[in-house]
Amino acid sequence: MRTPIAYFLLLAGLLFAMGTVGVLINRNALRIFMSVELQLNAVNLTLVAFARMHGDLTGQVLAFFSMVVAAAEVVVGLAIIVTIYRSRRSVDVDDVREMRW
Amino acid sequence: MPLDNVVFWVFAPIAIASAVGMLVMRNVVHAALFLIVNFGCIAVMYLLLDAPFLFAVQIVVYAGAIMVLFLFVIMLLGVDRDDVRTERLFLQRPLAIVLAVGFVAEISVAVRAGVGFATLAPAGFEQLQPAGNAQAVAEVLFRDYFFPFEVTSILLIVAAIAAMVLAQRNVRAVTQAELDTVADPDPVVAP
Amino acid sequence: MVETLRSHDVAALWVIPALPLAAAFVNLFLGKRLGRWSGVIATLAVIGSFAVSVSLVGDLLSRPADERLALQHLFDWISVGGFRVGADLRLDALSATMILVVTGIGSLIHLYSINYMAHDERRGRYFSYLNLFVFFMLMLVLGANYLVLYLGWEGVGLCSFLLIGFWFDKPGNAEAAKKAFITTRIGDTLMLIGLALLVFTFGTLDFEPIFGSAASVLTKDSATVIALLLFAGAIGKSAQLPLQVWLPDAMAGPTPVSALIHAATMVTAGVYLVIRSHVLFEVSGVALTVVLVIGVATALFAATCAIAQYDIKRVLAYSTISQLGYMFIAVGMRAYAVAMFFLVAHAFYKALMFLGAGSVIHGMDGEQDMRSMGGLRRAMPITFVTFMIGALAQAGIPPLAGFFAKDALLEVAQHSGRGVVYVLATIAAFLTAFYLGRMLIMTFFGTPRSEAAEHAHESSPEMWVPLAILAGGVAIGGVLELSPDGRLAGYLEPVVGVLDDGSGLAFLALAGIAVAVAVVSLAVTWWIYGSGKVDPVAFRARLEPMATAAQHGWYVDRAYDVVFIQPAKALARMTGDVVDAKVIDGAVNGVAGLVKRVASGGRLVQTGFVRTYALVLFVGAVLVLGYVGVRV
Repeated sequence: MRTPIAYFLLLAGLLFAMGTVGVLINRNALRIFMSVELQLNAVNLTLVAFARMHGDLTGQVLAFFSMVVAAAEVVVGLAIIVTIYRSRRSVDVDDVREMRW
Repeated sequence: MPLDNVVFWVFAPIAIASAVGMLVMRNVVHAALFLIVNFGCIAVMYLLLDAPFLFAVQIVVYAGAIMVLFLFVIMLLGVDRDDVRTERLFLQRPLAIVLAVGFVAEISVAVRAGVGFATLAPAGFEQLQPAGNAQAVAEVLFRDYFFPFEVTSILLIVAAIAAMVLAQRNVRAVTQAELDTVADPDPVVAP
Repeated sequence: MVETLRSHDVAALWVIPALPLAAAFVNLFLGKRLGRWSGVIATLAVIGSFAVSVSLVGDLLSRPADERLALQHLFDWISVGGFRVGADLRLDALSATMILVVTGIGSLIHLYSINYMAHDERRGRYFSYLNLFVFFMLMLVLGANYLVLYLGWEGVGLCSFLLIGFWFDKPGNAEAAKKAFITTRIGDTLMLIGLALLVFTFGTLDFEPIFGSAASVLTKDSATVIALLLFAGAIGKSAQLPLQVWLPDAMAGPTPVSALIHAATMVTAGVYLVIRSHVLFEVSGVALTVVLVIGVATALFAATCAIAQYDIKRVLAYSTISQLGYMFIAVGMRAYAVAMFFLVAHAFYKALMFLGAGSVIHGMDGEQDMRSMGGLRRAMPITFVTFMIGALAQAGIPPLAGFFAKDALLEVAQHSGRGVVYVLATIAAFLTAFYLGRMLIMTFFGTPRSEAAEHAHESSPEMWVPLAILAGGVAIGGVLELSPDGRLAGYLEPVVGVLDDGSGLAFLALAGIAVAVAVVSLAVTWWIYGSGKVDPVAFRARLEPMATAAQHGWYVDRAYDVVFIQPAKALARMTGDVVDAKVIDGAVNGVAGLVKRVASGGRLVQTGFVRTYALVLFVGAVLVLGYVGVRV
């Protein structure tokens, strides 16, 4: 394998930044959630890249755990979004701002 | 140009393009589809990084299960119409983009300082996993990380129950007073 | 001086205090169900305690004089580093005398209480307190170190408080209880400081090592300080000047309580304490003089107060204070055996008079004012006879016990060359006979002065049997003692030492003077109150405003109110209204206000937009990453 590890890391950083932008500029809860998934994947990519670089499978196992937790998180998060939608017919996060002073 | 370099340079731009596509698409369903493309590209990256097991998991769990769940919810809620994209938070959008650029710059500096742009991964990764990647991962997982693995199973059960509790229609306990009201629908009101 | 006694262990010593304690708990938890039986159980417990005491004291007396010391170690109470205090009991001649008085007179008073409290719904509680008192009093006198003594000391104070305020629903009783408790606390606190000094000086609280090494360890000054601090406790407990104010008000409690606690036993704990600690007082010397002066002053002061009282129980209260003053006179002259004899005799005749007064009050349906009595000797003959025996004993008429006690005291005073003390004590004796005669005549002689007095009735046998027993004791008690080195003195000798007998007037001469004084005094009272030739009201009017002042205890209460209580209240009000409201609340409210102002500005940060928070988070992440990058 002759692709420098740095390239994967840079790709991951780029994807992470784009995921972050997605979280920050979107108002639709589902889009924000998808952006979060993108961020998670970017992080997983770095984990696998470092696993390759250090020749240690622990990074891959960690990425595996991360996926499992992400699956659980998605299930609960989507359920929450469904509940919010039921109560206010909207998934716009800017509408949900009761938790202030 | 070696094959893996070719693969990288083909799929990395697709990953970035699909991420951009996810950001700019007005329709949520389209955005989700772009995200699936992105996840597929990342799966290819796992393959390049000698992680064929994760490649499979990525396709099955992320591109398959999770994104299907997303699409399912989008359809269920009927929010697949185009979003309003006006921004009412002052500076939110420019600041987000500036920060993202700054973040990428920082990552670049860090990678250059910490890893080096030309550093190649060491050879001999295959010797670590003589019986294959899946077996090697399984060995680490079930030997060193068995307890965390079991804990994640609990996590998944809890998440499943939580999803059911959260998503079910509101079922409210009926009080005795309400039953009485039903039994006597026309209570006498004192003048 | 005091010889070192050889001690032996007695395993049954703990039974003496344990019986009343057990009965106290039984009555506390089951008192309501037991009904009338609660009194019986309480009485049987004290009688049992008395029986054990008698057998143990008998055993003690069967030994040679220098082996009359029984010890029992129950358990280690405190063990801190090198400092050890055990729950140790000690039976010697001194504590033997005390436990016989406490359990003996205590059982008679319990017996009397059964009938006296028969109609009180809370009699289970009453007997529980009374038994608890007996327990603490026994611990006080049986303790082999100052901490056990102090346990009993505070315990009897507690029981005194509980029993004075037993009828707390009547106006003033709860205040009287608080007054008694707080006033004695002043002395107790000083005494506690004294105990701390003892620990500091000797490293132990056990009697034996302290008294054994006192003469070599203590300087005159440190002994004076410790002795006076201990004496302060005695002043509070025994209601001596200047802490005498609580005892007259303590008469708010049931009359048997007054008899047991505020006449026969608890108030004599101060005398016991000083006698027990006499080694310290003797090293000091000065402290003994202070005891003597306080005793003389109190004896005279309280006697004048007693003359002017109308409430029969208050007469007895002031009389008790005065008699306790006598005991301290004896102690101050180092005549410990005389003081103990006085204590025992007083316990008998004063308990007798209190119980007699209780019988009178019972017969008068609760009336205590002597102006409403009169002529009761026909309605209540047994009470009259026994009460008169008690009064004559205290007045010093031979051959009753009080005569020998007082005579022994006067003889010591005269023989040791303390002429002033002798004269003042004789004056006090005159006053004593005067108020006793006045009380006797106003209560039992003349004609009934009220409806209740006309219809008064004799009390039931349960009440007059103890009176009769006590009267018998008073009548023959004199055989215990015929001179300062009589039987009791010889018996106490191993503990308190022998008094050097001085020389002076012969026994018969002194006795003659004392009896003459008493008889003259009684005759004068008969002339004023009983003969009808003098109008007592006019006689009193001529002595105004002194009579009223004496009736109010020479306004000591009012002076304390002005000097201590009002300033204390003012200080409390000041700290409450100014310091607490302005300073402390100000600080608290100021901090709260500051937080509120900061928060009302800071809450604007909370926009409620999740994306704002996420943005801020990202700003932070980028900044931290940049910082780490710059540093590395």
